[in-house]
Amino acid sequence: MRGRHVLGAVLALAALALAGCTGQQAVLDPRGPAAAHLAEFSWLLFWGGAAIFAFTMAMLAIGLVFTDWTKRTPPIRLVVWLGLAFPVVTLLALTVYTAAVGRWVDLGRGQDGGEPPLRVDVVGQQYWWEVTYHDGQGGTVTSANELNIPVGRRVEVHLASRDVIHSFWVPSLHGKMDLIPGRTNTITIQADTPGVIRGQCAEFCGEQHALMAFFVVAHESAAFEAWLAARRQPARVPEMPDLVAGQRAFLAAGCGSCHVVRGLAEGPYAAVGQLGPDLTHVGSRLSLAAGTLPNGVGPLAAWIADAQDLKPGNRMPSFHHLDSETLTSIARYLGSLE
Amino acid sequence: MARRGMPILAAALSWALAGCGEGPATANNTTGDLPRSHADPQAVAGGDAARGRAVLAGGTYGCGACHAIPGIDGARGTVGPPLHAMGLRAYVAGRLPNTPGNLVTWIENPRLVDPRSAMPATGITRAEATDVAAYLYTLRTLP
Repeated sequence: MRGRHVLGAVLALAALALAGCTGQQAVLDPRGPAAAHLAEFSWLLFWGGAAIFAFTMAMLAIGLVFTDWTKRTPPIRLVVWLGLAFPVVTLLALTVYTAAVGRWVDLGRGQDGGEPPLRVDVVGQQYWWEVTYHDGQGGTVTSANELNIPVGRRVEVHLASRDVIHSFWVPSLHGKMDLIPGRTNTITIQADTPGVIRGQCAEFCGEQHALMAFFVVAHESAAFEAWLAARRQPARVPEMPDLVAGQRAFLAAGCGSCHVVRGLAEGPYAAVGQLGPDLTHVGSRLSLAAGTLPNGVGPLAAWIADAQDLKPGNRMPSFHHLDSETLTSIARYLGSLE
Repeated sequence: MARRGMPILAAALSWALAGCGEGPATANNTTGDLPRSHADPQAVAGGDAARGRAVLAGGTYGCGACHAIPGIDGARGTVGPPLHAMGLRAYVAGRLPNTPGNLVTWIENPRLVDPRSAMPATGITRAEATDVAAYLYTLRTLP
């Protein structure tokens, strides 16, 4: 009776621990074919290992308890069957299976007949991701910290780095792939269900490595095309007076020397800088500063005023010299860029 | 003899203490709310402190990016003032008496109260602002 209670408690704890394995960023909650193969592989190793461990412990118990029986059994048979034959067969099978999984998760190979993959370039830098979509007709659209992809279609992600080594990891879709300065690595991913999942840098890249995340938004095919078409447009031109004032303040504060807002130029100012994320449609993104803050007018104002306190060591200075009205008007303007 | 003196003493005491119940605190009470010194979570009509805490912890409006808020993980911003002891503060935003109604209005639309404030309207709804105010009134200690 007592044993049953202990077992119940252990199972409850295990369920609690495993509950953490579902959700936006989880190896054991696959949302695409590559991650599904990897999860299967992980479970096979887990349960296989558990079975072998249990069997070994049982053998040990038998050896300790039934000493008469073990004395009569010639040890050489045990060694040959369990110590030699079993590992050879198991490891051989696992080697073949591993090689097969390695091929199955490489979504980029051997599908020349099907729909061509969508190409997306991701450039990692301290501490955010620049994301450029290729529309297939020679055009590109640049955004940041968010990967919008169509469901059911392969997406070829070309990975490069502008400074140090980073690693691109969306656990619900695939394994990790490093971004290495001076070369381009490619990983092909695919999502099977619409929804939002999270990825993050998986190679220590500096002080704010932990705040270098991104979201993957999987859309139905038509919704993705609509999304891409909207992102191809230049930035929305403000009409309301306070947004116009915000746009002017944005330019006057010099934001355009690091950030692009496509289509925005006024007098001596233009938003064409290449150091920070493209802000053309920043209001429509899920997060700010690579997953550091939720998006919204409040967090935008906070980030502009105090980027160095919220994410120390990132490239954006804190603009707390701006007076409060200027600060909030810039935040409202950026929030309106959907 | 001593027993006969007791009612007189009690009456005198209650008369003396009656003066303590009235005070200038109610003079600030322009919106019909309870005065600040009585502010408590129940005083925010329709507000639910647990829901308010969930709104803050959920991070939708990014309150913690500007404010340090006791009891909310990650809310350690230094753009605006820390919100410790909001249940004891005399004024909201240095302008309004800290009544539940005033606090809710301030959270929902700071520009109505002070057009020059650095705190923007975050898009929080009145219902959510009411819950958040209820949570803030549970904060009654300084760090």
